Amino acid sequence: MTQTIDASASVPSGPPTSFLEVRDLRVTFPTDDGMVRSVDGLSFKVERGKTMGIVGESGSGKSVTSQAILGLHNSTGASVSGQIWLDGEELVGKSSEEIRPLRGNKMAMIFQDPLSSLHPFYTIGDQIVEAYRVHNKVSKSVAKKRAVEMLDRVGIPNAGKRVDDYPHQFSGGMRQRVMIAMALVCDPQLLIADEPTTALDVTVQAQILDLMRDLQKEFNSAIILITHDLGVVAEIADDVTVMYGGRAVEQGSVRDLFYSPQMPYTWGLLASMPRLDRDRKGRLDPIPGNPPSLINLPTGCVFSPRCVYRDRVGAACVTDRPDLESVSDTHRVRCHIPAEQSQRIWLDEVKPQL
Amino acid sequence: MTITTSTESGTGVPLRSDALLQVRDLRKHFPISQGIVFQRQIGAVKAVDGITFDVSNGETLGLVGESGCGKSTAGRTIAKLLEPTSGSVMFDGVDITKHSRSQMRPLRSELQMIFQDPFSSLNPRHTVGTIVGAPYRVQGKLSDKDIKARVQGLLERVGLNPEHYNRYPHEFSGGQRQRIGVARAIALQPKLIICDEPVSALDVSIQAQVVNLLEDLQAEFGIAYIFVAHDLSVVRHISDRVAVMYLGQIMELADRDTLYSQPRHPYTHSLLSAVPLPDPDSGSRRERILLTGDLPSPINPPAGCVFHTRCWKVEERCKVEVPLVREISVGHQIACHFPEERPVFGQGGPTIHGPAPTEQELDAEAHDRNLQGGHVTAEGNIAHETELGWQKRQD
Repeated sequence: MTQTIDASASVPSGPPTSFLEVRDLRVTFPTDDGMVRSVDGLSFKVERGKTMGIVGESGSGKSVTSQAILGLHNSTGASVSGQIWLDGEELVGKSSEEIRPLRGNKMAMIFQDPLSSLHPFYTIGDQIVEAYRVHNKVSKSVAKKRAVEMLDRVGIPNAGKRVDDYPHQFSGGMRQRVMIAMALVCDPQLLIADEPTTALDVTVQAQILDLMRDLQKEFNSAIILITHDLGVVAEIADDVTVMYGGRAVEQGSVRDLFYSPQMPYTWGLLASMPRLDRDRKGRLDPIPGNPPSLINLPTGCVFSPRCVYRDRVGAACVTDRPDLESVSDTHRVRCHIPAEQSQRIWLDEVKPQL
Repeated sequence: MTITTSTESGTGVPLRSDALLQVRDLRKHFPISQGIVFQRQIGAVKAVDGITFDVSNGETLGLVGESGCGKSTAGRTIAKLLEPTSGSVMFDGVDITKHSRSQMRPLRSELQMIFQDPFSSLNPRHTVGTIVGAPYRVQGKLSDKDIKARVQGLLERVGLNPEHYNRYPHEFSGGQRQRIGVARAIALQPKLIICDEPVSALDVSIQAQVVNLLEDLQAEFGIAYIFVAHDLSVVRHISDRVAVMYLGQIMELADRDTLYSQPRHPYTHSLLSAVPLPDPDSGSRRERILLTGDLPSPINPPAGCVFHTRCWKVEERCKVEVPLVREISVGHQIACHFPEERPVFGQGGPTIHGPAPTEQELDAEAHDRNLQGGHVTAEGNIAHETELGWQKRQD
């Protein structure tokens, strides 16, 4: 298989200089039907104070990646390989006991659905106090003061009173603020937000995104934002990784991705969404077909069965797996179409259609 | 029940009498009752509180708003899956407001629904053939052999393989399941389909496939849609006219281009300005209106204009006087005392903030949330109530 080639080619060893560096991460789940390759050779870096957006459809491996960073696969049947360096410390292969002091303290996560991630029987104050006292040896009253302070910081009005309320007494947007307060209570340096605004309305989404931006400035944390909404990514991310079938198919700065994307899948995503800032199109241009099965990945480029540009470079697309090649300092693309040609296709054929 | 709002047809809004569907001052209130043996009503969730609009043949009306604004309840009440509290629904010249289930059955072939979640709206124990053929069997007009031929034709029409007739829903992906739901809805060639968030559960690339399919079917069969959704860009793409709902009422209704290019209601403005655009530089170019707080409780909606607690243009008059729906230009209705004049995608400006909620309002909100935990009778299937079923009473 060609996977081993791109794995060995570009994996440096030794601790990195970036705050978080994921190198050649692979997560596979054994099932009765075969190996599910959820994440297959993913690498990226995030610096403090920066936001990495991970975009992809369901089943592209974006949530599995975040769970691997938090070490949540260690006790399941999944096998995780590759390297995850967080602040000079390698996380892959650590036991649950070794990861637990980091989780919630150095890295924290915000989940998509705040109602099912908060315990219904405990007040939100109790839940934040618990999270704080796991990592800090302080009395309950000190921890509670800290909880009120955090709730106030994330914009919960009347925090001193609301701290004793139960999750159901908050609205969806307020619950998501509670989740953010809980995630930030130990000043984590890495915050992973898995679809933090998907369950929220647009007006509340705008509030939460603003809040995340402010908090990032204040705490200088690194954020990984997982989402399927390209609008949210454009608004908040500094760098973007587009995932498809468990791999990164395009990586670059947010400007690279939105102003000169080079991978047909990214073009397809941009073209298939109706846009408010453009004149209305007669018809949308969907990506044909369905996402691939992660058990039987197509040979060649994973995206080739759905790609409308695969005949541009001969048979390579269906026989050889392309590597993630650099096209500029910040921009990397996994596609057989040469950079100049794809630049031309983008400018002449794709961009005018958006 | 006090009727403080008024959107009757007598408010100077001309309505077309030849429309396929005429909804007049429709209300749906879910009663909240207390007590075990002697139940008494202590309030009502005013999910839909007086909406009026028409839908013509072959037209798409978009219904947008935040969650909890009553858009789904409105759709279900029009389809008579819920009994209206008051108001009237005329479908194809027949007043169906008081129709019983058996009276509705012959009309069901003309009025269909597509649901949001393609996983729970298809019976997992039935084959695709049974699911899509069910409308024919219920109506009892065709033989089994004809049904099979029709169903296979339908499957092909919605882009599925007719050989999948004997497969079960779990064998299909989300997008394919939604196509099955569409096939079932168009089986009897209805005149109106109410689509309740038909694409929100799907991935972006699949969403576009289903939206295109719905548009093709409309062009082919002349079906009218009521398209209920929260995604403003999808609604703009598919709708001919759009109604913006807030707290059970229609705030603004206009044809698509007018609503998106010259919205006049402050709420429409804030909705449009909050949509994140896939363009990293757009932030500096457009004005953002940040609404503070959340949707007020529909149990105890604010007096005066229901939007005044979050409105960035609020004045004293808004707090006391309910704005009547009025027509400000042909086909453009708005319920606001102070319509906004500026365009949405104008030059960059400062972020505008809504008023901060006062202490009393917050207390009232907390109180309402406790109320919501009360036993909701009737078909109280608003997600909120069922989720809170286990709640202990606080007061």
